[in-house]
Amino acid sequence: MAKRIDVSGLSAFYGSHRAIDDISMTVEPRSVTAFIGPSGCGKSTFLRTLNRMHEVTPGGRVEGKVMLDDENLYGSSVDPVAVRRTVGMVFQRPNPFPTMSIYDNVAAGLRLNGSYKKRDLDGIVEKSLQGANLWNEVKDRLNKPGSGLSGGQQQRLCIARAIAVEPQVLLMDEPCSALDPISTLAIEDLIGDLKERFTIVIVTHNMQQAARVSDRTAFFNLEAVGKPGKLIEIDETERIFSNPSVQATEDYISGRFG
Amino acid sequence: MDRQPATDTPAPGTLAHRRMPRWAPAGLALASAALGSGLGLAAGWHSKVQWGLLAAIFFVLGTYAITTAVEGKRQAKDRIATSIVWVCFALAVVPLASLTWTTVARGVKVLDGYFLSHSMAGLNQMVPGGGIYHAIIGTLEQVAFATLMAVPVGLLTAIYLVEYGKGRLAKAVTFFVDVMTGIPSIVAGLFILSTWVLTFGMGPSGFAGSLALTILMMPIVVRSTEEMLKLVPNELREASLALGVPKWRTILKVVLPTAIGGITTGVMLAVARIAGETAPVMLLVLGSSFINNDPFSDEQASLPLYVYQEYMLGTPYSYDRAWGAALTLIMFVMILNLVARAIARWKAPKTGR
Ligand SMILES: Nc1ncnc2c1ncn2[C@@H]1O[C@H](COP(=O)(O)OP(=O)(O)OP(=O)(O)O)[C@@H](O)[C@H]1O
Ligand SMILES: [Mg+2]
Repeated sequence: MAKRIDVSGLSAFYGSHRAIDDISMTVEPRSVTAFIGPSGCGKSTFLRTLNRMHEVTPGGRVEGKVMLDDENLYGSSVDPVAVRRTVGMVFQRPNPFPTMSIYDNVAAGLRLNGSYKKRDLDGIVEKSLQGANLWNEVKDRLNKPGSGLSGGQQQRLCIARAIAVEPQVLLMDEPCSALDPISTLAIEDLIGDLKERFTIVIVTHNMQQAARVSDRTAFFNLEAVGKPGKLIEIDETERIFSNPSVQATEDYISGRFG
Repeated sequence: MDRQPATDTPAPGTLAHRRMPRWAPAGLALASAALGSGLGLAAGWHSKVQWGLLAAIFFVLGTYAITTAVEGKRQAKDRIATSIVWVCFALAVVPLASLTWTTVARGVKVLDGYFLSHSMAGLNQMVPGGGIYHAIIGTLEQVAFATLMAVPVGLLTAIYLVEYGKGRLAKAVTFFVDVMTGIPSIVAGLFILSTWVLTFGMGPSGFAGSLALTILMMPIVVRSTEEMLKLVPNELREASLALGVPKWRTILKVVLPTAIGGITTGVMLAVARIAGETAPVMLLVLGSSFINNDPFSDEQASLPLYVYQEYMLGTPYSYDRAWGAALTLIMFVMILNLVARAIARWKAPKTGR
C-alpha cells in the first residue's frame, strides 16, 4: 500500500521563474513527513510536483526525478492521471464540489473514475467518512450539500474524498490553516491514524503541529526574494526541533528568523 | 478638520445627527412630481416626457437643497447620489413599462384561442379575423433549428477557450467571436443568401433563416458561456484533477454542472434575442399566409415578420393583428426568461443545510 518517495535533483519552474532548485530527499512509507519554511520558499510548489499537479498551472514545468518505489513519476510513458490516483492531495482551503451532496462528494473520485461496483459504494463512503472522523456528524444528512458543512467539517470531507480512492500517498497543504483548535486536533488525530495505511506529507506553518504529528521534518528556505527555494535539511523531527545540524533551521524554529 | 464643517457634529462627543424622517425621499418625489406636472400643465406642454424631466430635476435639486439645510453637506452628497440613481432607474423603467402597457392594451383585443390556432389563409387586409398559428410554427421551428446548431458549437467553443485555449489559435477565435457579436442581422441574412441560396441554389425555407439566426446566436452563446465557465473556481478543477479524474471528465462532471445554471440563462437569453429577428427572416424565409410545417422547403411565416407585414398593410384590422402577434412574441420571450430563471435557481450550486 504505502510507498516510498525518492526525489532527486528536482527543480520546478513557473514560466522562466525557477521556484525551487535541486531538491533531493526521501519520504519514508507509513510515516508523516512535515515541510516547514518561510512563506514563498516553495513548499506548496514542491508538494504539487509530487503528484504532477504542478504542471496543471499554466507555465508549470519540472526537471528532475521523483521515484515512487521504483517508478519515475516523470518518466515519459507515465500518465499523470494515474499518478494522481496513487498520490492524493488535500488543499489548504476546503473545496468540496458545490453541486454535490456529502455522499456524492466522497464518492466523486470513484464515480468520476468509473472504477467501482455500485453496491460497494455505500460501504466505501461510510468507511472513508469514518476514516476522516466525520461519519458521526453527517450520517443523518448524507444527501445534503457538502458546502453546508462548517469549514472544519468541509476539510474533513475533503480528506474523506481523498482517501476514498485509496491512494498510497496523501499530500496535505496546510490542511489546518483555516481551522479552529478543536478541528485542528481532530485532523491531527486523523493524520496519526492515517499513517498506519498511507505515506503522508504535510505542509504546515505551525511548528507545534509539525512537532506533534510528524516523524520527519524538512526545512526549506530561500536566500532572498525572487531566488529559488531550497531544501536546507531533512531529519528526524525530534532532532530538527532539538538539535538541528544547520544554524538557519535553529534560527527559524526559535523565531530568530529574518 | 477643515473638511468637517461644524454643522456635521452638532454636539461634540455624540454620534447622533439631525436626520430627515424615513418618508422624506418618498415625500420629496411626490412633491416634485406634483410640481413638475403642475408647471407643465400651466405652461401648456403637451409632452408628458417634459413634465417628467422637470419633476426629475426638481427631485434631485430639491433633495440636495433640503438635505444640506437639515443634515449637512456630507449627507447631502450621499442623498444626491441616491436620488440620481433613482431617477436613472425611473428613466430606464418608464419606457419599458409604457411599451409593455401599449402592447398589452392593443394586443389583447384580438388575442384569443382562434387567433392562436388559425393562419391567414384566404384573408386580405380589409377583413378582421385570421390568426398567427402559421407564424408561431415558423418561429418555433426556425428558432429551434438555430438553437440546435448554435448551442453545441457555441458551448464547445467556449469550453475550448476557457479550459484548453492558449496561444495564437485561442486569441484568433476570441477575436472572431468578438467580430461576430457585432455583425448586423441583415448582414448575416445576406451572407446566407449569397452562399446557401444563390451559390448552392437552395430556395427560400425556414432552415435558411435558421442558418442566419445561428450566425447571430453563436457568438452570444460563446460569450455568456465563457463568462460562466470563468466563474467556476480553479480550486474545483484542481480538486477533481487531484482525485485522478481526467481533464475531460473534470470538465463534464465538475465544471459544467457548477456553471450550468448560468449557461442555461445565457442560452435562453440568446434564444429570446434571435426570436425577435426580422431582417434575415425577411430575406431568407420570405413570409407566408399559409401553414407550412416543413422548415426545409418553401416560404414560412414568423412572428416578427408577421408583425412587420401586417403593420405595413395599414388597415385597422391588420394593425390589431400586428399588436396581437407582438404581444405573443413578448410573452414567448418572457416565458423563456422565466424558464431560464427557474432552471438557474434549480441548478445553482446549493448552499445551506
Ligand atoms: N501560479 C504561480 N505562478 C507564478 N509563480 C508562482 C505561482 N505560484 C507560486 N509562485 C511562486 O513560486 C514561489 C513558491 O511559491 P509557493 O506557493 O510554493 O510557496 P509556499 O512555500 O507554499 O508559501 P506559503 O507558505 O505562503 O504557502 C513563490 O516565489 C511564488 O511567487
Ligand atoms: Mg503554500
